[in-house]
Parts: sequence; structure tokens; C-alpha cells
Amino acid sequence: MNDLLKMILFDANTQWVLIGTMLLGVASGVLGSIALLRKQSLIGDAVAHAALPGICIAFLLSGEKSLFVLLIGATMTGLLAAYCIQFIISSSIIKEDAAICLVLSVFFGFGIVLLTKVSQTPSGNKSGLDDFIFGQAASLVGNDVKLMAGAAAVLIFITALIFKELKVLTFDPSFAKGLGLPTGLLNFLFLSLLVAAVVVGIQAVGVILMAALLITPAIAARYWTNSLSKMIVISGIFGALSGMAGTLISTIGEGLPTGPFIVVTATALFLLSMLFAPERGLVTKWVKRMANNKQLRRNKLLQGEKRSGFHEL
Amino acid sequence: MSYESWILIVGSLAGITCGITGCFLILRKLSMLADAISHTVLLGIVLAFIVSQSMSGVYMLIGAAVVGLLTAVGVQMLHQAGIQEDASIGVVFTFLFAVGVILITVFADDVHLDVDHALMGEITFVPWDLVQWGFLPELPKAFLMLSTVLVINLVIIGLFYKELKITSFDPQMAAAIGIPVLLIHYLLMGLVSITTVASFDSVGAILVVAMLIAPGASAYLITDKLSIMLLLSALIGVAAAVIGYYLASWLDVSISGSMATINGIIFALVFLFSPTKGLLSKKISMKRLKMD
Amino acid sequence: MKPVVVENLTVAYQKKPVLSNVSFEVPEGKLIGIIGPNGAGKSTLIKAILGLIPKAAGEIKIYDKKYRAKDRVVGYVPQRGSVDWDFPTNALDVVLMGRYGHVGWFKRPGKKDTEIAMECLKKVGMEEYASRQISQLSGGQQQRVFLARALAQDAKVYFMDEPFVGVDAATERAIIELLNELKRQGKTVLVVHHDLQTVKEYFDHVILLNVNTVAAGATEEVFTLENLHRTYGGKLSFLEKDQLVVEQK
Repeated sequence: MNDLLKMILFDANTQWVLIGTMLLGVASGVLGSIALLRKQSLIGDAVAHAALPGICIAFLLSGEKSLFVLLIGATMTGLLAAYCIQFIISSSIIKEDAAICLVLSVFFGFGIVLLTKVSQTPSGNKSGLDDFIFGQAASLVGNDVKLMAGAAAVLIFITALIFKELKVLTFDPSFAKGLGLPTGLLNFLFLSLLVAAVVVGIQAVGVILMAALLITPAIAARYWTNSLSKMIVISGIFGALSGMAGTLISTIGEGLPTGPFIVVTATALFLLSMLFAPERGLVTKWVKRMANNKQLRRNKLLQGEKRSGFHEL
Repeated sequence: MSYESWILIVGSLAGITCGITGCFLILRKLSMLADAISHTVLLGIVLAFIVSQSMSGVYMLIGAAVVGLLTAVGVQMLHQAGIQEDASIGVVFTFLFAVGVILITVFADDVHLDVDHALMGEITFVPWDLVQWGFLPELPKAFLMLSTVLVINLVIIGLFYKELKITSFDPQMAAAIGIPVLLIHYLLMGLVSITTVASFDSVGAILVVAMLIAPGASAYLITDKLSIMLLLSALIGVAAAVIGYYLASWLDVSISGSMATINGIIFALVFLFSPTKGLLSKKISMKRLKMD
Repeated sequence: MKPVVVENLTVAYQKKPVLSNVSFEVPEGKLIGIIGPNGAGKSTLIKAILGLIPKAAGEIKIYDKKYRAKDRVVGYVPQRGSVDWDFPTNALDVVLMGRYGHVGWFKRPGKKDTEIAMECLKKVGMEEYASRQISQLSGGQQQRVFLARALAQDAKVYFMDEPFVGVDAATERAIIELLNELKRQGKTVLVVHHDLQTVKEYFDHVILLNVNTVAAGATEEVFTLENLHRTYGGKLSFLEKDQLVVEQK
């Protein structure tokens, strides 16, 4: 425990990693809330899986493991996947769930094909790229961490700028159109932000679990409030807490992957919210219903007495 | 039998089993549940190992079926508690998968199961992983597991065909005429779980999803009849497995990844050129309408 | 023996009851309209009777017995929006599903079932569309396929949820004819309906519903302006005029 404290206090890299995962948690918590309300949660999952071929293509083309280049590749295929999904839904009888699943698995399969190619190239010791599958934030160093932190901060900033428009678009798309908002552009912008958040998060959480960082904090936050702006803030906080906890745990334990611990923390927060949130928590509701029933029964009893009294008269 | 033919047989068996089961998932709008189950099966396998201390196929099948059903039940519970379905799926499967990964890393020394293998599958090794069951000669384990599961699937789908059909098409009506809708749902989820685990060992979690959904989605765009959709889906599954294998050995890349890719290409072709529901034929008939 | 008897039925989704203390009974061999404003719980009533949703309290009897689906006395026509019309199946196949209850577990519908299904399609004037994929039917045609499916169930009591919504005039006439045909065969049909103008013309019996039962009985006795006011509350103001026009006729 002491070592951990020392690391947090004195090790600059650990500090950066912490800041990075926290900012990432905030960004994905915020964007995840909007995605949740737009019923696009699982698109994030597909985008995360679809990043793999992009990463490999970027590596094969550039021949170097520069994080920045790899992330650009990931963004390209991620966006392509998001658009493929929307295109399949809008122009065939295939429903959303099947379209997402299809795109996700095919892109990922293609990514694995490319990954085998990468490992055959002379410089392509694939271990570096492998980390993208489960995430290894704790082992990130130097500029890569700063890139992650910076990108997450930019995402939060842009979302804050267009928050009002996104809110209208989410709540009532046709009304937004009526207001004269460029809904096509906004839709593209939001998808790009979502893809960017996923792509930035992949190295910390991994492609498979990235979806959790988008969905779980947002769902947890939904239990605490009915206002979108509050929900976004709470979701951001939950995201940051999960990012922090996951990073700390995987820093203590040598070789433990970061992603799974971030997810477990987020799920714990969700369960707590689902059970104990004021107003909407299940336990809270149950307690209230019990009290209510008691009240009802007492009233009925009173009424019954009155009525029998009436008959006696 | 030669090395190559075993891989083709196992790939085709996985293609048929997944292809048939997947059709019902697509029609019930449950595809993402397949994605979820294919991930959480990992936890089932790890738990089965921790409990039984062996990598025997039977324990793995049981563990996977249990966790698969647990996933389905968990999603159903969250959904009933008022959480939208896609989000319920996301929460449940990421959590169970995360627990699986953590358990693997903690027990890493004992479990001879690396996560990469589980995800990407290693069909290459299938012909060498032999076991002996009863009076049978030594056969590849994956072959035995997949054929068992295929038989189970065919029997169950054969017996409950009309129940599966009506609960997929109109669950309310099904309930009104006394068909136990929820039971049929969990029956299907059980099938998906054992299908997943049997194919998972040879082709990997993600490819299982591709094999479950892509052939069915392609078949859905070709035919208007459920029975033909099932048949076509199985055929496409086999075709993708065979073509995928040859492509992979030609390019020297991952076999399962290549099978998934071919599945995607077949879907893209059908999506564009299907005679009735393809993009092109729709465009052409639109144009004709305009001309008239 | 009454086909349907409901006593003190209460259904609640959350805290607020959707149906509260609903009681009525319906006579055999009649067409019965279930009438009420939006949110009155009309569809809920049908679903509760069929056991599709749990009831909080009350008693429901179909021919003096607790309803069991396997008795096969009940046919159900749900709202058209409740199914996926892209499902890979054709009109005949959908009607054939009405026979599933009779076929029983592990068996396939046989030749006789197909004949019955074809017969039912004919009764709704849809026999030429038997092999048409269902998404390629018009709204009215889809509704007729649903009706044919209910006929194929060969039940004694039918429940229909808004069968007239979104259908063309030809289908509306076809449905009415069918309802009368069922009546002649001695079947009882309960129909959720919201067009007040046609109530007197279509139904022998009405149940006026707004969370509680406002009134139930023969149309000429129960379908009065006063009862309608009690059912619709303030919402009747513009309907009232229509109603007066109808009464003057």
C-alpha cells in the first residue's frame, strides 16, 4: 500500500496514467450517456472491435508503432463500421441488432487476419498490438499517455461546446431539423466523437471491454437523476472513478490487465446505483412500497370500521 | 483422414450448427445476445476448470451452458427492471467477461487457456487434439463436440420447430394459445450457449458471432420462407468455412479470421445483388416505377 | 353459462392501477364492443383476461372455468403493430399458426390443418394471396390474415384488439361480415373499438371502460349520452356533437 502511495505521489508516469484514465472515464461517461439515450450503446462496442483492422492497416502502411498513426487508422475503420451499420439498417430489412453484430464480428475477423500478417513482418513483433485487445494502461509511457489524456480532454471540451444541440437532436430529431439544425452534420460529429472516445480508450481498456466504459457509467447515472445535464456529469464522475480504480489495481498487481478491473469497478457502481439510488433504486422503491402498503391497509381498516359503524346506526 | 480435411470438416460443422441456430437469433432481434454469450462463455470455461480441475470437454460444455444461460437471465432481469435491452446486454456481458479475464490472469499458471486463443480460436491445432470416446476410434475433440451439438440442435429445433417459429413471429399470440414463451426462449439460449462453446474452442469467440449472425443475415435477404432460410444459412456457413480455409492457407493468415471475412464478403454480395431484396434490384425496380 | 365473467379485476403496472375493480359479464353469441378513451385500459383488459399480463386482484372465468390456454376456447387477434412483418413467412403460413394449439407438441400441422387454413383465408377473401410474403400485403390485407388466423383457431370466444385501425373500407366491410358470420355460428366476439359513430351499428352489447367499468349491457340501454359523458369525461365535448347527429338519424 505504501508503495502505491509513493508511486502516486512521486512517479510522474503513474500520475499521467491516472490522469489519462480519469479523463478517458469522463469523456466516455459523457458520450456514453448521449449514446445510451440515442439507443446507440452497442454501436460503441462495434466501433471498438472495428478499430482492430484499422490499427493493423496503419501499422502495415506506416511500418512503425507510433500511437498517433495507429489511432488514426483505428478512427477510420471505426467510423466506416458505424456508417456500415447505419447503411445496412436503413436500406435493408436487417434490424439494428443483427447489423451491429455482423459488422462487429466481420471487422474483427478481418482485423485478426491482418494481425497475423502484421506478426509476419520483420518489425511486427505483435505483442505491442496485442495489448489493444485487453488494454494495458499501466504499461503506457511518456508521450502515449499524454496523447491519451490530451485527446480525452479535447473530446470533453467539444462535447461541452455542442451540448445543447446534441441534447435537442437526441430528444427529438425531427424537432431539431425543424429548428434548422444541421442534423446530418451533428449526427456525423457525434459519431466521430464516439469513435474517437472508443479509439482513445482502447489502449487502456481494450477493444472488447470498451463498450462497458460507454454503457455502464451512463446506466448507473440514469438512476440518480432525471436531468440530462446532471446525468452526464454523474456518468462522467462514475467513469473517472472506474478508470482510476482500475488503473490503481492493475498497478499494484504485476501484469494484471487494466480493462477488466475498470469494468468490474464500473459494474459495482452500477449495482449500487440500481439498488440504493434515492427515488429509483430497487431497494429504495421496495421500502417505499412496503410503507405505502402499510398505510393503505391502515386506511382500509379505518374505512372498514367506519362502514360497520354506519351499519349499526 | 488428412490434416486439411479435418479442418474443413470441423469448420463446416461449425458453419452448419451456428448458421441454423443464428437464424432464430436474427428473427427474434437477439443477435447481440449471441455476441454477449460468446464472450461470457469464457467465464464458464474458466469456472469449469477451477471447479473440476480438468480441461475435459464435458465440463466445459456444462460450464459454458450455465454461464450462457446466466447471461440470458441477467439481461432479462435488468431489462425487466427497466433498463433498455441493448444497455442491459452491454452491462452484463462486459462484466462477466471482465471477471473471466481476471480469473484467467489470477490462475494463469494452472489454466492452459490463453485468452488470445479463446478469442481468435486455433482451428489449426484441431486435427491434433485427439480424444477417444467409447468404442469410437481416436477422433479430434472439436469434431466430436461439434457433431454432438449439431445433433442436439437439430433434434431440438426439429421437435420444437413450430413453437420456435410462432414465439419468434408473434410471442403474444403464442402465449395466448398456451405456449410457454419464456421456456422456449431459454431453450434457444441454451442451444446458443452449447453451440458457442463447441465452436468457440476451434474458431474463437468473435468468429462464433460472425458464424451465428452473418449466414443467417445473408439468407434472410434471399428467401421469404423460414425453412429455406435455415437451409441456406447452413449452406452459406459451410461455403464461408471452406472458402475461408483455402484463402487463409493461400495468404498464410489466421484461418478463423479469414472465415469471418468471407462471411462478411458473402453478406455484402447478397446485400447488393439479392434478386428480391438486394440494393441493386431495389434500385432497378424503383427506376422502372419512375419510367412507368 | 356465460362465456366471459370478470369480477373486481385490478391490474397495476406500477403504483397506479390501469384497471381497477372492473366487473362485467357477457352473453353468449353476441358481438360486444369494448369502448373507452385512450389509456382506459382496453387492451390491458384483453391481455389480462388471456393471462398475458398478471392481475393484481380479481376473478376471471371463461365458461365457468379459470382460463387455461390449452382448453382452446379462446381466439385472439392482437394489434397489427405487435409483430415483425419482415418475418420470412407467407399469409397461409401465418394462418396455419392458428392451428398450432390444436396440433400439440412435437407434431407438425398436417394436410387437414392446411385445408382449414386455406378455408379461413377464403372466408376473409384472401385466398389468392396465400403464398404472398406478409410484408407485401397492404395494412388491410394484413389485418384480414390475422382474422383468418383467429378463425383457424376455431374458438368459442374471440378477442380482437382494434381490428378496424388503419384498414381500408373494403377490409372494414369484410371484417364486419366476418363478425356477423361468427355470430351466426353462435360464437362470442369481444372487440376493442374506438369509433363511437359505428358502435350502434356494429355491436349488440357494449362495455364502457375507463379504468373502472362505467357501464356494461345491451347497446341500446347502455350506450347513452350520459354514460358516454361518464366514460370520456371532459374529452367528449366535440364527440358529443357527432353523437347527437347519429342519434337524430
